[in-house]
Amino acid sequence: MTDKDRFVPDEGLAPASTVLPAADVVEEFTAPPRSQWRDVWDQFKTHKGAMVGAMLFIFIVAAVYLGPFLWTIDPTQIDIRARNQGPSWAHPFGTDQLGRDIMARMMSGGQTSVSVGITAMLLALFLGSFIGVIAGFFKRLDGPLMRLTDLFLALPLLPLLLVMMLLFREPLSAAFGLERGIFILIVCAIGITSWMPTARIVRGDVLAIKEREFVLAARSIGTSNTQIITRHILPNVLSPIMVSATLGIATAIITESALSFLGLGFPPDFPTWGRLLFDGVDYLQQYPERVFWPGLAISLTVLSVNYLGDGLRDALDPRIRGR
Amino acid sequence: MLNFTIRRLILAVPTLLFISLVIFLLLELAPGDPMAQVPLTVPPEVKEKMREALGLGQPMHVRFWKWIVQFFWIEPQVLVDHIFGTSFSAGDLRVISWQTRSPVMDIVVQRIPQTLWVVGTAYVVAILIALPIGIYSAYRQYSWFDQMGTFVSMVGFSVPPFFSGVLVIVIFSVQLGWFPSIYDTTHVVNDWDSFVVQLKQMIMPVMVLALQITAQLSRFMRASMLDNLNQDYVRTARAKGLSEYTVVMVHVLRNSMIPVVTVIALGIPSIFGGAIITEQVFKVNGIGQLLIGAIQANDLPMVQTLTFIFAVLIVLFNLIADVLYGILDPRIRYD
Repeated sequence: MTDKDRFVPDEGLAPASTVLPAADVVEEFTAPPRSQWRDVWDQFKTHKGAMVGAMLFIFIVAAVYLGPFLWTIDPTQIDIRARNQGPSWAHPFGTDQLGRDIMARMMSGGQTSVSVGITAMLLALFLGSFIGVIAGFFKRLDGPLMRLTDLFLALPLLPLLLVMMLLFREPLSAAFGLERGIFILIVCAIGITSWMPTARIVRGDVLAIKEREFVLAARSIGTSNTQIITRHILPNVLSPIMVSATLGIATAIITESALSFLGLGFPPDFPTWGRLLFDGVDYLQQYPERVFWPGLAISLTVLSVNYLGDGLRDALDPRIRGR
Repeated sequence: MLNFTIRRLILAVPTLLFISLVIFLLLELAPGDPMAQVPLTVPPEVKEKMREALGLGQPMHVRFWKWIVQFFWIEPQVLVDHIFGTSFSAGDLRVISWQTRSPVMDIVVQRIPQTLWVVGTAYVVAILIALPIGIYSAYRQYSWFDQMGTFVSMVGFSVPPFFSGVLVIVIFSVQLGWFPSIYDTTHVVNDWDSFVVQLKQMIMPVMVLALQITAQLSRFMRASMLDNLNQDYVRTARAKGLSEYTVVMVHVLRNSMIPVVTVIALGIPSIFGGAIITEQVFKVNGIGQLLIGAIQANDLPMVQTLTFIFAVLIVLFNLIADVLYGILDPRIRYD
């Protein structure tokens, strides 16, 4: 039931736009043509949840990447005398059991979590769009590729991810260095196990677009298959891909945190939000806020991205946009 | 319909075989030696014997074939023996766990009741909560109730179980001290008091799991109701003077339930997979925790068997969902 795209895209509809008076209609025809993206943006603006979500997401990303320039404490600096402190001006989120500043750790953990989310999403998106377009466009490949998709959907993903994490951890960290090796491993593992919904949606859209007249026209003037795909098909399936992208970030961040939480993610001295949460569980009784901050960060990021995706889906749907 | 079911059942066999091969190869090709923990003072020839004792001596295809035979042929025999007291499987080698040196399926059978209790209850609770919410949100679309429902289900999507679980532990066991934070599986229910204790320890894991499932199901229910509420037959039903209750709860609800029932069926296996984290948070020693333990102990036969059981569940419930869809909706016939 991870397939959130199956929802009917009518949630949080904007109220129907005002009906134009007859006098304005003439003006409407003479007005300069508006680009499609302008319309999309206008519709997107009317979705309050999506606007709030977008701003929140931008804020989180900015705080995580630009924050360390303002808050210059090193997240790995150990100050054993100042351990287990509560919130103060020197340490707004307090310090952990080794006296490391939790705010600095939250920022550096957020960098990892957000970059894992975005990179894994890009990989899944690339795989999904590629397989979806190929399967939809070339009839001969449709059957085998869709069986492959079904097969991947039948795999128990979380157990497999755990197994992959366990088995490939050492060789990859030996090859690329500890942190980078595990980063590559997590991104690849999440990407390989989450491309299927995108592929299915894209294939469906490609199947419909392939039969349209403009594709026939392009073919009749001798456009090659590659060019038909890149110039005519891909721009038209961009909207489902963009919606999958937002949902992909959300699932990737949750999956990475889940792996870290189960102790199979990044190494202990390399913070991510999931890892901070996992470390905080040991001190649950004394310092519950240590669990609270990373958990809140994960939940808020995912919530904002989900709302963003919801608004994007409405804005990109031409049937809704007109209303 | 029967034809379709049989065809799908036959098609499931190669799918499952392929999945088992994928899992086997993943475990096989991965570097990592089960003998890595053995002290260096043990001479190589003894190590070789130990490898053989674990069943690692033979080439890959032989071992895969043996695993298949053990899982599909010998284990069912064991089950039959257990039920009817026969002795078909006497003397046959079963899938042995490297951790405990006992048959994997025996351990799985010990662990399954805990998982079924917690996860099953959560699923039932979630269905009971989600359906009314979905129905009412759709009936009063864009009302404050609907907006609240949308927000709550968004939160349910976004808050991962390892955070919501820890959060309820902080609130209800650390601060308020109402419920125990650890699920005690040895607890025996034999009178009212022990039943209350059991209820108390089940509330938190069930709550956490049910929040997630409710979020997804109520969205499906709402969308499906909205699809049906604007149909012509609803107008007809109203026009012929049926009460509003009959229109919504009989005409619309029955038609809206068709996709929701299949979604419920599809969700059952993912609950087993998704419950891994919740079981870990509340220390429920169910099947998910068994998997985590086996992964950390590098117990490959156990990992392979458990992962494959999850895959079987997914394929099985996909099939059930497809067949249910055909049975419930006469417009859909696959033949």
